[in-house]
Order: sequence, then structure tokens, then C-alpha cells
Amino acid sequence: MQEMMKKRAIELLANGTCDRVLGWTNGDFAYDQTPALFRTEQELEEGFVYNGFSAANLSKYLVKECRAGGKILVFLKPCDTYSFNQLVAEHRIKREMIYVIGVACDGKADVEKLKEQGIDGITAIKEEGDTYVVSTIYGDKTVKKEDVLAERCVNCKSRKHMVYDELIGEAGDVIADCGRFDMVEKLEAMTPDERYEFWRGVLSRCIRCNACRNVCPACTCEQCIFDNPKSGVAQKAAANSFEENMFHIIRAFHVAGRCTDCGECSRVCPENIPLHLLNRKFIKDVNTFYGTYQAGEDPAAKPPLGRYEKNDIEPGEAGGVKA
Amino acid sequence: MQDVNYRPKIVAFCCNWCSYAGADLAGSSRLAYPADVKIIRVPCSCRVNPLFILRAFQRGADGVIMAGCHPGDCHYTSGNYFARRRMTLLFSMLDYLGIERERTRVEWISAAEGAKFSKTMNEFAATIAALGENKRLEDLRCKK
Repeated sequence: MQEMMKKRAIELLANGTCDRVLGWTNGDFAYDQTPALFRTEQELEEGFVYNGFSAANLSKYLVKECRAGGKILVFLKPCDTYSFNQLVAEHRIKREMIYVIGVACDGKADVEKLKEQGIDGITAIKEEGDTYVVSTIYGDKTVKKEDVLAERCVNCKSRKHMVYDELIGEAGDVIADCGRFDMVEKLEAMTPDERYEFWRGVLSRCIRCNACRNVCPACTCEQCIFDNPKSGVAQKAAANSFEENMFHIIRAFHVAGRCTDCGECSRVCPENIPLHLLNRKFIKDVNTFYGTYQAGEDPAAKPPLGRYEKNDIEPGEAGGVKA
Repeated sequence: MQDVNYRPKIVAFCCNWCSYAGADLAGSSRLAYPADVKIIRVPCSCRVNPLFILRAFQRGADGVIMAGCHPGDCHYTSGNYFARRRMTLLFSMLDYLGIERERTRVEWISAAEGAKFSKTMNEFAATIAALGENKRLEDLRCKK
């Protein structure tokens, strides 16, 4: 897969279809494949990496790249193509400046799950069939890919590319019964006190690093409300429970109806806060109240918060007190 | 323990065209509503950013109510329809986080409904008084 992608990227670079390539390269650790921009064949040959840890959604990087001009080649996994479509719909990126190669994905690994299995001191990771051979300072270990699948990939909603110019690997399908709302339903079934305890428990871990905001492909404002010193929530470390609640409610609300559920927020969270559960609540509510809607599926669709029906449900019936 | 002198603090966002005029009518008709309700006039109910609601709680409100024109009667044609969707999602999220859902409310009150305004505010103030102080969305820095 990686070699095919590399070869094709070099071809497209040589024939002038694009002048740079957005892909992944090795980061500081063996399990940390980080987004990178390649401008020459040599850079690609030396640096380009695509494996089970190339998890980053590259679509957000296109916002900056589109401003720089030229033509960009980008590799997108199925879930990334939803974000891509959403960015096109919001006029944040220019479709004609980008050549999209869809790459098949059978789920990405989460290093936290490796660590849960007691694997530490990782020096290298090799893929062999449906296993990862993990070299550590304590010796080699083999784990099944499905055992270390990232949370978001366990509940993968679609293996179908929503948009592409060409495809490498096999085309997949939308997975209707992915069960991604199971945990949301479990929380809804709890009593308010239990829910409060649960969210206090996870949100109080927040260190306000803003990684969830920075990585989110739906968060592309030039100036973010949370950077405003007058916002009352601009401090780096959350001073108390209110700031944590407010930051996370508003962050999720600002992407409500636009979040494609790519799961990047939870992936990058250094405290492993299940942030996707907030986003999924909004997605589930939108589906329940305003009809099934998947952001990024169709760039021409009107977003649920940008349209209305005269007989919409009343807030009192949905969440507040019934009048 | 609840202070015997406890009075709830309630913030009401009222749209300029309907609910604010409704409050006026309640006043000129001499219909009483609790002084705990502090009205903030907004040009339209859709001016109410979800952040306003949270900010009100941060600054010590125990309950927040948003009042606007009846759906279909918006001075700007469709503002309250959008506001309705936003608040539906926001209230549902607050409930999901375990914050008492009774503390937030939306009511449609026209300029001719002074009686409804006073009734709604009395009811809401009683609900909030029964719930007591807002603890789950409080900001200790803002408490005196």
C-alpha cells in the first residue's frame, strides 16, 4: 500500500498534476506518524509513510495549503473525505486546487491500547498480515490488529470514500449498524446525577491544551472565541469546573451539525477524554429531531442548524421543561 | 443548608418585538411577576448565543429563560425558528451533562400576552426557588 501510494505520488509530482504532496511521515516515536508536506521525489522516497498508525486527518491542513496556491495532492482515508466535503461546502478549501487520492483503510491502531496490553518501551512497529510486530526494549511482541483498534475505528461509520479523483485500494461501503451511538444511549439511560458524575470525572482531567480544537477539521475560524481574553474561558489551565464545562459544551456546539464524527478530537486528547461522545450526542439529536443527516456526505446539503421546519420540536419537549 | 432568605436569580432574555412588549403589558396591566427575574432585552430571540446562557449561569444565575415571538410571528420572519433549533440542541446537551434541565426554558410570548408573561415568570421563579442554587454550572470566581 505505502509503496503504491509513494509511486503514484512521485508520478503525479513528475507530470505536473500537483506541486506538493500532503501525507504522513515518521514522527518522534514508532507509533507516531505525523502529517507532512513533500515537495520533491527525494523527500517522498525518504519520508513518506502510510501504516496502521497514520491516523491523522489531513483535510484540515488543506485550509492553509489552499491559501499558498498551487496544486496539492492529498491522501484521504474514508472518514477524512467527509471532513473534506464539509470544508468544500463551507468554502474553506478549493476543490479545484486539490487532487484527492482516496486510500483504503481497515482501521487505525491506538497506541494507548498497546500500552493497556502491557507493551511499553516501543522502538519499532512492523505490520505483518493482520498483526503488528512490536519491538520494544524488552523484546518483540505480536498483537492482533483488531485488538488494538482505535475506539473510533471500532465503531467505523463508513469505509466508502465520499470524494476522490482516484482510489488506491478497494472501495468500501457505508456501515449502517456501526453502533456508534451505543455509548451515548448508555449515558442517556443514566440518571442526571450519574451523568453529572461521569462528565465531571472525565472533563476535570482537561488541561485546556486546545488540541481538540486545533485538530478539528470543523474548527477553522481565523479567530477563535476561546482565544479572546474577555471570553472568561481563555485561560490555559481551567480554573474550575465551570470553565471545563463551558469550553466543552461550546466547542461541541460550534461544530454541531457540521461535525463529521471523524474522531480526531478524542484521538489527540492527551488526557483521553472521550470528546467524541459530546459530538455524537449532537449528531444523534440532529438525527432524531431533524431527520438523519451526515455532515460531509453531500457538500450541497443544507446544514441542520442553517435551516428549519415550521413544526420543529420545541426545546421544552426535547430537553428543557415541557411547558 | 438552604438560606431562609434565599431568592433565586433568574435571567430572562426577551425579544424586543414580542416578549419585551409582553413584559411591558404585564407591567401596565399591573400583573405581578417576581423581582428575581432580570430581563435582558435582545433584538430577536436568535440573538441569544448559547454562550449567553452559559455566561448567565457563570455570573450567578440560577435559572435562564429565553422568550421570543411565537413561531411564525418573528419580526425578522425566521429568527425564532433558528433559535428554537439551537436551544433544543443546547438544552438537550445540558441535560446530557447532568445539569438540571429545569433551569433552562424557552417560552413564546407575544406583545399581547402580558398575562402569559407574568404567569410564566411566576411559575419559572417557583421552579427555580424549589431547585435552589445553581451548583453544577457555577463559577466560584464570580461568587461574592
